[in-house]
Amino acid sequence: MNSIEVKNLTKRFGNVTAVDSISFEVKKGEFFGFLGPNGAGKTTTIRMLTGIIGKDDGSINIMGFEMGRQTLAAKGLMGIIPEVSNAYNDLTGWNNMMFQGELYGLDRKKRHALSEGLLKDFELYGRKDQLVKFYSKGMKQRLIICMALLNQPEIMFLDEPTSGLDVQSTFLIREKITSINAAGTTIFLTTHNMEEANQLCERIAIINRGKIAAIDTPENLKLTIRELQSVLVAFDMNIEKDYLSVLPGVSSVRKAGDKFQLYTKDPGGLVFYLIDFAREKKLKILTIRTETPTLEDVFLSLIGEKED
Amino acid sequence: MITYIEQLKKVWAVCKKDMRIYFLKAPVLIFGVLFPIFLFMAFGIGRKISAPELLPGLISMALFFTAAAVVPLIAPWETRTRTLERLVSSPVLISTIVLGDITASFIFGLIVAFIPVIVGIAIGVSIKAVYFFIPGIIVASFCFSSLGSLMSTPPADTPSNINMITTVVKFPLVFISGIFMPVKDLPLWGRVLSYISPLTYLTDLVRYCINGENYFYIWIDFIALLIFSLFFYILAVKLHQRNIPRRI
Repeated sequence: MNSIEVKNLTKRFGNVTAVDSISFEVKKGEFFGFLGPNGAGKTTTIRMLTGIIGKDDGSINIMGFEMGRQTLAAKGLMGIIPEVSNAYNDLTGWNNMMFQGELYGLDRKKRHALSEGLLKDFELYGRKDQLVKFYSKGMKQRLIICMALLNQPEIMFLDEPTSGLDVQSTFLIREKITSINAAGTTIFLTTHNMEEANQLCERIAIINRGKIAAIDTPENLKLTIRELQSVLVAFDMNIEKDYLSVLPGVSSVRKAGDKFQLYTKDPGGLVFYLIDFAREKKLKILTIRTETPTLEDVFLSLIGEKED
Repeated sequence: MITYIEQLKKVWAVCKKDMRIYFLKAPVLIFGVLFPIFLFMAFGIGRKISAPELLPGLISMALFFTAAAVVPLIAPWETRTRTLERLVSSPVLISTIVLGDITASFIFGLIVAFIPVIVGIAIGVSIKAVYFFIPGIIVASFCFSSLGSLMSTPPADTPSNINMITTVVKFPLVFISGIFMPVKDLPLWGRVLSYISPLTYLTDLVRYCINGENYFYIWIDFIALLIFSLFFYILAVKLHQRNIPRRI
């Protein structure tokens, strides 16, 4: 079963098409990443998915509920963590939790029990009676996560959840998100942090200029730009890089300190040629490893193609 | 049906939140009590007007200025702090959010309106028609709160911009509503203008309840206030539904 089904989703602001007929699905329990440069349509998409703004065309289905016709039911299944804390600064942490619980229709007993558990889990219980305006940025973000989890959501939407946070808070939040996902909650994550997406997401969609540029697993996405795959090698003696650039399948060679990075579409095959080359030249291989492009390389490559 | 009951519970949740954050603050309470008194003193002192003549205008203005004072600022303020986005993303209708804001303002207006009533009673003024007075104050408080919500619909995130709109709307209404001069004493153009102000009908009703003088039939005062309430509420909901996605 899919948690999210989006078909031909379109949003226009005047003459500008912010989201241009995009389609994708997110499976139940999946950790799904949504990446894109600023202005690509990420925020507009997430706002349509969460029912904050309406769509112009297409359809959004959340756990079987159609956004637009059954919006309230769909919203009741979601937990939302925005980039910037939007808890009420003039309420205490506890009162924010209570208000959130009331908005999601939780009875008093359940609100109290769940809030206590969550605030303890996120190390905020001791500060629950303090106004949120006196919380640090990390504490505010942890509170937002507690609020988003209060209705025990089936799907969580996270918009840059660790942006600008200290290392400790970032680590805690990533750990919690991972465990929430492991418990079966679908995660829809937008982030600028490629490494975060690479580590956490099972699949990633890259959006640019309102269209989906690519959608696949992080590893498959890296393989899509095969020319950025490479073999890193170091020998016991210095050699001219021209010797290496003529090896079969090598598209270019870059010297990196005492190592050489040989770009190729077939890194596995090139390893054998390098071993033969070393044997022939009586060189000892100190280091050899294949390197796939980073998600950042993929992102820049895809965005760059669209820019061209 | 269950959905509507749930939404009503959420109206109360929004109302409690507004009370805590926006209404039950010392400066707001002080403003609510003192501002109408000062404004009335500016026009009342030096003129030979008795307390029973003064009180209807004072009660009406206190209710009008307090019920329509804070609620217009909630939407722009919550736009700026991004808490509006939180509200809209939760399973709550926009009409529920609007009604929650109005309810908070309605309760606040009622509390503040009774301060001059208590003062009036303390100095010997009696309310002769309590059975009209209390329902009249209740309907008017809802009416002015709805007007306040309507004034917050332009998609601004700066409270001062909305404040300008409310000032432009509220002050002219005070002068055409028979507060400082009974409607019957206004020139023809003044009387015609007074008909389009909801404050006119409350002032007329309160004047009847205290002094036994009225320009309109009492049932007309009630019907007018109810029609204005419905009109302001429905229009506020429609405009918020249209503008909230623009202001987020």
